Amino acid sequence: MTNTTAVPAHGRHAASAATPDFAGLPRLIALMTGDEKHAPAAHSTLDALWVLYDRVLRVTPDAVDDPGRDRFLLSKGHGPMAYYAVLAAHGFFDESLLPGFGSYDSPLGHHPDRLLVPGGEIGSGSLGHGLPIAVGTVLGLRAQGLTDPRVWVLIGDAELDEGSNHEAIAHAGPAGLEQLHTLVIDNASATHGWPGGIASRFTSAGWAAETVDGRDHEALYAAFTAPHPGRPLAVVARVEPKG
Amino acid sequence: MDSMRDRFISTASRLLDEEPRLAVVLADISADGFAPAARAHPDRVINVGIREQLLVGAGAGMALAGMRPVVHTFASFLVERPFEQVKLDFGHQGVGGVLVSAGGSYDWPAGGFTHMAPGDVALLDTLDGWNVHVPGHPDEAEALLRDAVAGEGRVYVRLSLQANREARPVSGAGGFMPVREGRLGTVVAVGPMLDGVLAATEGLDLTVLYATTVRPFDAAGVRRAAGVTNAADVVIVEPYLAGTSAAAAGEALVDLPHRVLGLGVGRAELRRYGTMGEHLRAHGLDPAGLRERITGFLRL
Repeated sequence: MTNTTAVPAHGRHAASAATPDFAGLPRLIALMTGDEKHAPAAHSTLDALWVLYDRVLRVTPDAVDDPGRDRFLLSKGHGPMAYYAVLAAHGFFDESLLPGFGSYDSPLGHHPDRLLVPGGEIGSGSLGHGLPIAVGTVLGLRAQGLTDPRVWVLIGDAELDEGSNHEAIAHAGPAGLEQLHTLVIDNASATHGWPGGIASRFTSAGWAAETVDGRDHEALYAAFTAPHPGRPLAVVARVEPKG
Repeated sequence: MDSMRDRFISTASRLLDEEPRLAVVLADISADGFAPAARAHPDRVINVGIREQLLVGAGAGMALAGMRPVVHTFASFLVERPFEQVKLDFGHQGVGGVLVSAGGSYDWPAGGFTHMAPGDVALLDTLDGWNVHVPGHPDEAEALLRDAVAGEGRVYVRLSLQANREARPVSGAGGFMPVREGRLGTVVAVGPMLDGVLAATEGLDLTVLYATTVRPFDAAGVRRAAGVTNAADVVIVEPYLAGTSAAAAGEALVDLPHRVLGLGVGRAELRRYGTMGEHLRAHGLDPAGLRERITGFLRL
């Protein structure tokens, strides 16, 4: 397991003077939580989000309205501190917004709002909305001949309980939505678990699926970039069970 | 004569040829009718199967990607079952789209209560920013649909088998249309209720306004009409839940001493099958029932 990452090749927004650095995320998160002691491990999505924004997603602060950008949809809107920290680290907004987290005048709520968060693709909080929206986003891109942009949606293993996800999974596989990618952060928090595994829910519907260590950046990167011609891709990232 | 739903299918199919941003999203309902359009535009006629949460969510996702989605199924499965998707995926995400329902309050009475949606407009009315069109004729449905597709906002078009004999010139931007002028009160007839209202008020000295767009509510038009009658007494007759627009009518008349009666489908479940005519009578929405309640309210 390694937490080192390559310096990304794509350009940086002027507002982001320093090179984004995974080691700098705890400081950014602490600006929201006021608690420096909370290790990154307290944030189940942190490593996967980092690898996505640092090495996989083709989107920059200058390209948030570019029709050809990659889209990342945070469906699991609970606990968005890691998301905000990664967006700030990559210059989508200034870190000076972070201490206001959850306050009346802040654009950064305990659930994100796409009309308030610079770089945010959807508002979320109510579970089970992101994956159907991601399906539609891929359909909308495809209908305009935009077959290059990739759409990523992050859901949680407990969020997968919501039936709307299964409507989307069952449709996207047979529809062959290759541009669609679902990242499932599995911290074993689903009340009834997923006997037979989470990945099987996707593969039985015709998706490609990989299950990896959600703290291993190289394993995440390899899974995120694995070819999946003609099929959508699901990556199940396992992290420590929710305490 | 084709039905409003037939006209929706033929109009939307033509618009798909003309408007590259338009997409039609279906959940099996009307998929047969759209089959030729789906062959011509496989990436813009999407049938997600019997999955209404996905239907609305995917429509919103297409809007986020820059498309103008038309999302269609029966009213109960378009507005009621995936209501949170309507609220959040369109409203909260801040994107536009056109929801087109069929089935209305009781287009298929023999199908029973599961396929009746008298509460659709009232439910949608809890949300901000939706325009609601209730055409009373297939020609009006076509005009309102074209208007909705050409815009950018959030629009609900409520299609029904209940229809008036003749179409009137309507547009999505238009206010309520005066059909009769009288001195003793005002009756607002919404969409397919017009013929029944005209029959019910035959020979009475009443103003009749015709409404095919109920949200936004034409407060100025109602205020104007009520301001020139002897008393600001307004009856609003809607083909869905009784009283859905009574509060809007009251707000329109807030500066006048006024009375408002909201007529429409009753709240209680009938648990009856049968025909549309029988359901109209049961809810007091046939001409005789309307006349009795209108004259009673206005003390005519």
